[in-house]
Amino acid sequence: MNRLKGEFSKSLLTFLVMKGIRMVSLLFAICLVSFILVKSSPIDPIQAYVGADMMRVSPEQRENIAEYWGLDKPAIEQFFHWGSAVAGGDLGTSMIFRQPVADIIHERFFSSLALMSTAWVLSGIFGFAMGVVAAMKKDTWVDQFIKWYCYTLASTPTFWMGLLLLMIFAVWLGWFPVGMGVPVGVIAEDVTIGDRVLHLILPALTLSIIGVANIALHTRQKLIDVLASDYVLFAKARGERGFILFWRHGLRNIALPAVTLQFASFSELFGGAILAEQVFSYPGLGEATVEAGLRGDVPLLLGLVLFSALFVFAGNLIADLIYRVIDPRMKGAKSV
Amino acid sequence: MPILEVQDLSVSFVQYTKGLRQKKVQAITSLDITMHEGEILAVVGSSGSGKSLLAHAILGILPSNARVSGTINYSGDELTPVRQASLRGREIALVPQSVNYLDPLMSVGAQVRTSVHNDNPVEVQKKIFERYHLDPDLDKKYPFQLSGGMARRTLVSMAMVSGAKLIIADEPTPGLDSIVIKEALSNFRELADHGCAVMMITHDLGSALQIADKIAIFYAGTTVEVAPVKDFFGRGEKLRHPYTKALWRALPQNEFVPIPGSQPLPNTLPSGCLFEPRCETATRECSLKQPKIQEIRGGMVRCIHAT
Ligand SMILES: Nc1ncnc2c1ncn2[C@@H]1O[C@H](COP(=O)(O)OP(=O)(O)OP(=O)(O)O)[C@@H](O)[C@H]1O
Ligand code: SF4
Ligand SMILES: [Mg+2]
Repeated sequence: MNRLKGEFSKSLLTFLVMKGIRMVSLLFAICLVSFILVKSSPIDPIQAYVGADMMRVSPEQRENIAEYWGLDKPAIEQFFHWGSAVAGGDLGTSMIFRQPVADIIHERFFSSLALMSTAWVLSGIFGFAMGVVAAMKKDTWVDQFIKWYCYTLASTPTFWMGLLLLMIFAVWLGWFPVGMGVPVGVIAEDVTIGDRVLHLILPALTLSIIGVANIALHTRQKLIDVLASDYVLFAKARGERGFILFWRHGLRNIALPAVTLQFASFSELFGGAILAEQVFSYPGLGEATVEAGLRGDVPLLLGLVLFSALFVFAGNLIADLIYRVIDPRMKGAKSV
Repeated sequence: MPILEVQDLSVSFVQYTKGLRQKKVQAITSLDITMHEGEILAVVGSSGSGKSLLAHAILGILPSNARVSGTINYSGDELTPVRQASLRGREIALVPQSVNYLDPLMSVGAQVRTSVHNDNPVEVQKKIFERYHLDPDLDKKYPFQLSGGMARRTLVSMAMVSGAKLIIADEPTPGLDSIVIKEALSNFRELADHGCAVMMITHDLGSALQIADKIAIFYAGTTVEVAPVKDFFGRGEKLRHPYTKALWRALPQNEFVPIPGSQPLPNTLPSGCLFEPRCETATRECSLKQPKIQEIRGGMVRCIHAT
């Protein structure tokens, strides 16, 4: 038994090292590709930096700015200059916010985190429950209805759903504020938790309503497969049925894939948040990404790209780890 | 009184083919079987002859697209779906065909304990593990960690602890070593000697003969013969059906001659005797309609020329 445990932790260590190498090489590739993309985009970083004041910038000043940002050097040199700074933990300074990129990401991440985690938990719970009900009641009207709802939602664009909710709940009914993360014209210190929550509800709802579809459909399919398995047949032969059967064998066998799917869905969550934040002008990472992209804020954009890659990677890593740690078949144990 | 009586059982499956056309696949055709307490009935037939389906029909766990006709009586009363649901796992237990029938994510011990209905599960499980020489460690192990022999013993032990009176053991397809098979066989004999009725489903006529009291021969979803074990000797002169005789002669210790041809598939069944295409003694009448099962010399046979 101890030998097995030792083997298991050794294999876990190898796994983590391999993942670490994968992550570093992935990040390097992402840096390189994003850098090349940004460099070859038609946006002039100097114009973006000075913005509308461009008219009054003389060629000399242009040169100074270029020199200040290192834009006069060859692209390769720029890349390594930026790359080594990033490796040292310095993401540079945002051109549009005139603030260190790391600070912006930090601040924005927490407001996005509130939004994303609410949506993540809500869609996880409701999606799972809907999937389970549909599968247990397969081919009944309940199942048909849930399926119809999910297929409809799966093809609904996030921004469209956001606008719809905005129109109904904010404009017509006036239950919720139209946008932003906090009330307009209120000093930061006076913003209450209640205000923040109120501003969070609609964007979180948008993300959740869309997010359940994928999870529900996956859960449904997985549970249908489990219910058709030989081991469920044998459990029935032993007299199990209904809720006991679901609890003992159904839930046990779909919980792991469901949790894994939840963590692996960080990329969709992030993508959805970008769109939802844009619709609701919610000051999160997504909104910052759109701003940075549209206005050519290269350091911020690259910082955000790196951060989101890390975020998605972390989700996938957690998903893999859960499998390794919880699934007995993955523990590397040999048969006795 | 027989504990189990299956009369004229038919099982078909409704399948939807292209263009939503319904197709019926006849998997079991007018099958008859009778079992008594303290008796081992071996059900012998090649792959696809409907052995597992019979077991599932008795337990009432056929898939929802299955259509069943005929009657099944248990202890003298009809085995309705409601009765099946209440008897499953308590009066009638299944020993499934392979370890795939265990929940891959539930520990072996826990699964054995779910089979215990009228005692302290923990103690019963401990005792049965001891009795079957299963390592106490196995309690916390998962099905994928079991070897073939341990898996078999675990599955049999689950039927044992259920306290069932009728045990239907779907023996694994060849692949187990002979020690494991012997062990399982002696377990079934022991159960029968304690008053259970055991239906042992197997491919292997040889091992069935070592242990059973009666042999039911399945062919293409029907019983062609039910014969007491003592009738299997010599060149099979006492046997009633041409297929049984051929099977007997095909055993390695006998003439070892294979039977030419193959069992018809469920959707291409002959209209007359199901064995007719391969039967050496077939006559013109044989292809007209399926022979009825009849009693001859203390056995049952489905052949119009049987003597
Ligand atoms: N759900 C199903 N739908 C359609 N046909 C089926 C279904 N289940 C079984 N059959 C058919 O019924 C026939 C009998 O199957 P069964 O599993 O009872 O065979 P078996 O005698 O147990 O074979 P084996 O020895 O390989 O276990 C097979 O031809 C099979 O194709
Ligand atoms: S009924 Fe005819 S074809 Fe069928 S087994 Fe008997 S002799 Fe052969
Ligand atoms: Mg079978």
